[in-house]
Amino acid sequence: MLLDIHEPGQEPAPAPAPAVGIDLGTTNSVVATAHGGVSEVLRDADGGALVPSVVAYGAGAPVVGAAALDPVERGGGDLRAGDVVSSIKRLMGRGADDIAALAGSLPYRVLPGDGMARLEVGGRALTPVEISADILRALRARAETALGEEVTKAVVTVPAYFDDAARTATRDAARLAGLETLRLVSEPTAAALAYGLDKAAEGLYAVFDLGGGTFDVSILRLEKGVFQVLATGGDAALGGDDFDRALAAHLLAARGVAEGALDEAEVKSVLLSARRAKESLTVGERATVALPDGGAAEIDRTTFEGLIEPLVERAIGICASVLEDADLARESLEGVVLVGGATRVPLVAARVAALFGRAPLADIDPDEVVARGAALQAEALTAGSDTLLLDVTPLSLGIETMGGLFERIVPRNTPIPAARAQDFTTYSDGQTGMSIHVLQGERETVDRNRSLARFELTGIPPMVAGAARIRVTFAVDADGLLIVGAREETTGTESAVEVKPSYGLADGEIERMLYDSMEHARDDATRRLLAESRVEAERMIAATRAALVADASLLAAGEGRLIEAAIGELERAVAGDDRELIDGLTVALDDVARPFAQKRMDRSIAAALEGRDIAAVDAEVGG
Amino acid sequence: MQPPDPADHFARLGLARAFAVDPADLERRYFALQRRLHPDRFARRSATERALSMRQSTALNEAYGVLGDPLRRAEYLLSLLGVTVNAETGNRATDPEVLAEAMEDREAAMEAGNAAAVDRLAAGAKARRAACEDELARCFAAEDADAAARLATRLKYLETLAGELRARRRIVAEAV
Repeated sequence: MLLDIHEPGQEPAPAPAPAVGIDLGTTNSVVATAHGGVSEVLRDADGGALVPSVVAYGAGAPVVGAAALDPVERGGGDLRAGDVVSSIKRLMGRGADDIAALAGSLPYRVLPGDGMARLEVGGRALTPVEISADILRALRARAETALGEEVTKAVVTVPAYFDDAARTATRDAARLAGLETLRLVSEPTAAALAYGLDKAAEGLYAVFDLGGGTFDVSILRLEKGVFQVLATGGDAALGGDDFDRALAAHLLAARGVAEGALDEAEVKSVLLSARRAKESLTVGERATVALPDGGAAEIDRTTFEGLIEPLVERAIGICASVLEDADLARESLEGVVLVGGATRVPLVAARVAALFGRAPLADIDPDEVVARGAALQAEALTAGSDTLLLDVTPLSLGIETMGGLFERIVPRNTPIPAARAQDFTTYSDGQTGMSIHVLQGERETVDRNRSLARFELTGIPPMVAGAARIRVTFAVDADGLLIVGAREETTGTESAVEVKPSYGLADGEIERMLYDSMEHARDDATRRLLAESRVEAERMIAATRAALVADASLLAAGEGRLIEAAIGELERAVAGDDRELIDGLTVALDDVARPFAQKRMDRSIAAALEGRDIAAVDAEVGG
Repeated sequence: MQPPDPADHFARLGLARAFAVDPADLERRYFALQRRLHPDRFARRSATERALSMRQSTALNEAYGVLGDPLRRAEYLLSLLGVTVNAETGNRATDPEVLAEAMEDREAAMEAGNAAAVDRLAAGAKARRAACEDELARCFAAEDADAAARLATRLKYLETLAGELRARRRIVAEAV
């Protein structure tokens, strides 16, 4: 269904289409909604909030959630273990070579090739983006059932420590699932939002988020509706899954079973069995683990804690350095919040308490708190709110310089959106192109950091060596995504930037996936793309109309008529089904309304400054 | 009303161009402006408005970052006066007095064998930093760019020292 077209003057506007908050987790995912600043988790018929992030690819449509776990648990059914994928989040934005480094720890068959990894599942070759999209589709369906209407917008959370490739992959997965990502929000930030709004928390807080596959810690200041991230750190490959693996490896070794001797189904089943044991050890002192050879082993909590201790210490060490990054003593913190299922492990909670010198908070369910925060932000973005989220970039962004060294351009913990520029010059006479390698990370050498992309700058006007001044701008948007621009400064020539993402999807690949994923492929996908264009056009029309009503006084003579005419043309196009025409007229309306938008922005800035100190503004800005 | 582009960070926040900045006041202005300009406020607006918001919010973050940090603020004020200090290369303190200060500090740091001793040094360094900032404010008010440039170099050294003392504290704490 498409958005209603509002008749001018028709008031009050109907409630905006519902936007949901989605915690797309390594082990489990949760979807929530919010009304009037109160969040609600959307549950299944049995009251369950968690959708296991597991997808089975059998003969029919993909099966997501608990039903997909069955074949692993029962070792039978219509589905085979080789058809089932879990923990796909660990592979978001990663390449086949990254995964080789995790070899043995992941029960997947990874197909060789460049760029984004592809897995062989149930006889298909699927990217992590497509598999995540299937999970998101299931969450979207749950939300639509619960809310009784179509859901097309979402705030999706990502680990704070997710790099650019993983964030882009998450956004692409949402798009594939028919969801417009209103904003990617960091998981600890979302959790803080839930505490701040639901529990009226104020002051400095640490959020310790240990999920199935990722670890984040963020320090935030919560004050009068402002959520300001001061510092963040983490490990994108550390989580409760690693506890399961450590336990499984220990038990197999104790029985003299070589891990390599097990087939894929056996590995999955022993990991699942280890997870069950971990969960029962959160309350009990002993647990029994079923083993693939039909036997069972007993494990006590002390032994388990010995196995996971190095992993927990890694997380604790990261917390200490984040406190140092923020230049904060632990005494200045108001509290520490636990997020993520793995924080239920008593050793984790105890170590966090010891480091921060206080009992951690877990009054909002650690499995649900992220989705609740995301839902609150989704409401803020669609219905408006006084809440302000100020996040930072978690990892330094930079480029490769001579000798394979990494040069930082945007340091970590820089508030976003952010932009920094770097000047380059040519090495030889008449040089018209240049290659730039963009990386993300904290290490000094290129090979220890994540390669994000390579840029080919072309169209540099021929000059003598060293005369050209090419300014490359790195902009990080509010989603934490990098945008690169380049310009030759001496002549003002915009250099063309050709991006080759190291682990992303190539141009047009999303469209292809969209076609592939649709049952009546071409027609459905065409309709989807048309619907996306219409939504954008209608957003443009609604925003422009609202602006015309609010600020008619800022219009130059005749400007209003031009804008109205462009709106009229676009509205006629929206009623038809020519996607290119709609897109073209959307851009045309945007162009014609640009000076008006600029004036409105200027006035808003002036008003904010006047609100503080009129005299100072007049003196400094010159009225 | 649009601040000039490239905008003066002070004008962007409605502040007078001076070294002395009240952190609480800076923050109030920053939050008030971000409340209006942040991209989250423009999620449902047109592409142009979203792009404008991103640009304004970015510039505001940059201004807040520069003005909120005494060293960056001093360097920025000096750049407005046409003086470049602490460039990426050759910024090692060449002022003999700062060099002597550094040698003395390094010796004291190596001798500090426990956390309490390192903490005492850190407290001393912090006090020197505060004094250096006060002096900077006086020099800028008196439009003495040369003296301000020298003090900015010293402030940079004192920041490095704070980092070195933090590292030293970790070493002595781990040795226990």
